[in-house]
Amino acid sequence: MGEHLLTVCYLIGSVAFILGLKMLSHPAAARKGNLVAAFGMVVAIAGTIFLYRDGETGQRLHNYTWIFSGLLIGGVVGILSAKKVKMTSMPEMVSLFNGMGGACAALISLVEFNHLSKELGEGTVKVASIQPTVLIIALGLIIGSVSFAGSLIAWGKLNGKVKDYSFTGQNILNLIFLAIALCAAVYLVIDPAQHFLLYIILLLSLLYGVLFVMPIGGADMPVVISLLNSFTGVAAACGGFLYDNKVMLTGGILVGAAGTLLTILMCKAMNRSLTNVLVGSFGGSNKSGVSIETKSQGVYKEISITDAAMVMNYANKVLIVPGYGLAVAQAQHICHELEKILEEKGVEVKYAIHPVAGRMPGHMNVLLAEADVNYEKLLEMEVANDEFKTTDVVLILGANDVVNPAAKNDPTSPIFGMPILEVENAKTVIVNKRSMKPGYAGIENDLFFQPKTAMLFGDAKKVLQNLCAEIKAV
Amino acid sequence: MDNILNFISTNQQIIYIVILMIFVGIEVIGHVPSVLHTPLMSGANAIHGVVVIGAIIVMGKANTDNYLALILGFLAVVLGTINVVGGFVVTDRMLEMFKKKPQPPKAT
Repeated sequence: MGEHLLTVCYLIGSVAFILGLKMLSHPAAARKGNLVAAFGMVVAIAGTIFLYRDGETGQRLHNYTWIFSGLLIGGVVGILSAKKVKMTSMPEMVSLFNGMGGACAALISLVEFNHLSKELGEGTVKVASIQPTVLIIALGLIIGSVSFAGSLIAWGKLNGKVKDYSFTGQNILNLIFLAIALCAAVYLVIDPAQHFLLYIILLLSLLYGVLFVMPIGGADMPVVISLLNSFTGVAAACGGFLYDNKVMLTGGILVGAAGTLLTILMCKAMNRSLTNVLVGSFGGSNKSGVSIETKSQGVYKEISITDAAMVMNYANKVLIVPGYGLAVAQAQHICHELEKILEEKGVEVKYAIHPVAGRMPGHMNVLLAEADVNYEKLLEMEVANDEFKTTDVVLILGANDVVNPAAKNDPTSPIFGMPILEVENAKTVIVNKRSMKPGYAGIENDLFFQPKTAMLFGDAKKVLQNLCAEIKAV
Repeated sequence: MDNILNFISTNQQIIYIVILMIFVGIEVIGHVPSVLHTPLMSGANAIHGVVVIGAIIVMGKANTDNYLALILGFLAVVLGTINVVGGFVVTDRMLEMFKKKPQPPKAT
């Protein structure tokens, strides 16, 4: 009875995951989709705790105190960290959570292998009968540890604790590490008694995870996190193989497949191929980025708050291009305020949203939605690019790489080929930045030195507050 | 050769599930608008937290005197739970931002 009930629980879980993921990809149903998936998860976990019986011995689970205290601690930490995290740091948080999932999968592999090698030592199992299991354990360990180490580095990079770092031959060294880990895994499958190999695999996989993410530039972090996310999915599926557990299998493979596609979609939004990102050419071309940086900066023009307010006040149409600077300054509310003030003066105001503006695709939409900006005012890139021609003033708030004309004109630029917002088609461009420092990709932006561009330095929130006050006073 | 064929036929159910799930995963998110990339990634992140079930099984099967297994298993349960709970809560917070729109006119 119990076992059949558990099967039903897992069935509900699997269907809920599929439905949830489906609903998550439609704006109107997304929030409900998340709840559906969460419900499926609760059913599957509760079912496992109370109904699980071992396939061979028919024993129930024990150590309930340990299990429940683990669930409790994890639950409290999870809720608190997820509730307390600021909007701007959510991407990092996702990366961190992903790393924990990877670590969980790797730990499972470690424990299961120890269990197996003990049985092997006692002679209760034959080598041939455990070989497939060892293969899956090794795979779960490799994928899980790569995901764990990689996610931690991605997390560190997004919050600025870890700097880009690369050296010549790094890609080759990475591949060597991975190849040795895989060879060790194969050898372990052939001779499971060599249990020290497991620790070599663990070490190499962790190292590979670190070195794999290290050279990739910040602009690519969303793609990397999405990829590591699908890795963890596959690691979870390995657990599903291990225990012949259908809900882990379906959930893991589902995320593995959907995550891979999502990664490719994100790459497409930046017009780059996945291999291009994987080989880390963004970071690899750091050297050319540096050489451009040292080039003379040219002459740029500054504009005062009063002048900027004047220009915008008498414009017919203003397009706002938000970027990471807006997110950092938490200036989304005051930005909405500016929009309202300008509209009262009869100025048409819209937002031009680049798909990868900020640190994550959709980052800007989420941020502006928080400030109650009307959904219809957010223009996607293609629409916005048509509108720039008829726009009087473009106000760029802390965006840089997504408006860099080098992506169109300069084939040597590391971001060449990325679709950009063609702001230079507008009559005037006002750029709000904190300083002349290059953006996340670490490259100079010619836009700032064009005659129609004026720089408005300062923290986005302060500048917008002053702008609002000035425009009101006009 | 025999071994491989044998493996495939004993595990055919699982192999079917894997193949079908790959297609379902790709199909299900095929038309996601770029606005939802981040929440979707976060939601998928929470779903792969299903790995915590494996951790619970490890923990529940461990002998009470096998401290290595207990400690590692316990760690795995904690980390997996953080992944699940944190993942769903963060996704919900992201999506909260979208709810006020009555009819979001999204086509892409």
